[in-house]
Amino acid sequence: MNRSRRLKLRIFRTVVLLLMGAFFLVPIGAMLEFSTRGNSVTSPRTLEAWVQIAQTPGLVKGIVTSLQLAVITSLGMLALLLPTMVWVRLRLPQISRIVEFICLLPLTVPAIALVVGLKPLYIWININVTPSVLALAFAYLILVLPYSYRSLDAGLAAIDLKTLSEAARSLGAGWGTVMWRIVIPNMPSAILNAMLLSVALVLGEYTVANLLNFQNLQVEVAYVGLVNAGTSIAVAVGALLLAFVLLMVLTLVGGRLQQQNYVPGQRA
Amino acid sequence: MTAAGSPALDTAARPTRGGRLSLSWLGVAPFFVYVGVFLLLPTAIIVIGSLTGPGGGVSLANFAGIDKPFMLKALSLSLSVSAVSAVAGACFGALLAYAVVTGNPNGMLRRSIMSASGVLAQFGGVALAFAFIATISTVGFVTVFLKDHGIDIYPNGVWLYDAPGITLIYVYFQIPLMVLVFLPALDGIRPQWREATESLGGSTWHYWRYVAGPLLAPAFLGCTLLLFANAFSAYATISALLTNGGSYVPLQVQALLTSETEQSQPGLAQALALSMILIVVIVMTLYALLQRRTTRWLR
Repeated sequence: MNRSRRLKLRIFRTVVLLLMGAFFLVPIGAMLEFSTRGNSVTSPRTLEAWVQIAQTPGLVKGIVTSLQLAVITSLGMLALLLPTMVWVRLRLPQISRIVEFICLLPLTVPAIALVVGLKPLYIWININVTPSVLALAFAYLILVLPYSYRSLDAGLAAIDLKTLSEAARSLGAGWGTVMWRIVIPNMPSAILNAMLLSVALVLGEYTVANLLNFQNLQVEVAYVGLVNAGTSIAVAVGALLLAFVLLMVLTLVGGRLQQQNYVPGQRA
Repeated sequence: MTAAGSPALDTAARPTRGGRLSLSWLGVAPFFVYVGVFLLLPTAIIVIGSLTGPGGGVSLANFAGIDKPFMLKALSLSLSVSAVSAVAGACFGALLAYAVVTGNPNGMLRRSIMSASGVLAQFGGVALAFAFIATISTVGFVTVFLKDHGIDIYPNGVWLYDAPGITLIYVYFQIPLMVLVFLPALDGIRPQWREATESLGGSTWHYWRYVAGPLLAPAFLGCTLLLFANAFSAYATISALLTNGGSYVPLQVQALLTSETEQSQPGLAQALALSMILIVVIVMTLYALLQRRTTRWLR
């Protein structure tokens, strides 16, 4: 690469990164600025809006609800998807394409469209099973399928599942032992990844909850925003920064765990 | 695992294998029952409901409800906002991806931009609406800052809540998504190809016009389609921004669903939902085809 081209590339990269950095950071900065404003233009900076979060019962309830939904959904996703995927890889490879197709299907059915079909189902669930907001987890499990599937599929592809499970089985392990002590410990980063993606999706979910008349975190944030924009913006930027921290942790931990994964032919 | 050589052994093994096969299917039963109830059944409700006429029987009567001025306006507005935000997001996202790819592949910059893209591409919900209210509403940070310096971004009235504003907001999550999906294609471009072009006397223009451009075109087009589908399905941001409703397809669905008790029109909501699904399915199929073409060239 000659010198003038290298210089041009450097200028291009600097300009693009600076402009994009500004475009993405300014709104986040503006949220922080907005949420610390006082009542009038001249009043000093205040954390009033942030303090208000704890004093708004709806918001606290919404946060608790969404956290519960996140836990239920990510654990339910693992319980439903991981055994199925392992089983399909070992016993029913002929239907792996069907399972993949079904898992990726929610990507082509927009949540706003799916909720139209879920509405009659949820009216029935409300009456006959439970009116609890936690029933949303049923729908959320569908929404997280594509992301969880991809993450777990990558994890399963990286280990020699057949050899590992046959070895365990020939030593007398049952299928439960294979799942708990062989599969799960061998793909920690893929499982963590799938769970964190599910948690992130559930914490940010608004469409299904709002249209099925459930109050989760995002519905409450939107509602409070009508009355007190500052508090809503404080919650929103808080949730965003939390997501950043979670993902940064994932990147760092994921990089470390990846190296500990079982590699075929590698001796410990 | 099985002794395939001996036919006698093979026939002897068949009954047990048959028994094991049905047991094998039992292992995937929970999954299929679950997606059957919560994914396939709702989809079937939409398809059957939208194709059932008022008096029962197959009919397209529900789709006639879409053929009204305000519905068609919503459809055209949704399509145009999605298209413009997809093209803008794809162009800026590709530039950012190129800036990332030309840097150190294991560097801190690339890792942090990829992580940030992962978060921001999902940042499409209610929070995004508030982010832009805090930034460029009439009391927003940037609006006030620019006004103090003599620049008025709203000389002809506030456009934040109209198509230009919605498009700008959508670009905010389109660019990071483009970086995530387009980077693998850019990674597949080899520096040797550029050297080969140069040793044959080609200029930078020749390289982009005849080598990298045609190779990246299917990937770029495919990613743009993905971005389009992404914007077209988005609901939370406009719902939180336009609290009084607006002329967008998702908001029409919302209006139909929430006013269901007063004027029962589930058929129209289902017809609208099916139309959305069909548009997204067509776009995503094209995306998958283009993606297949890309992976054939770039390994």
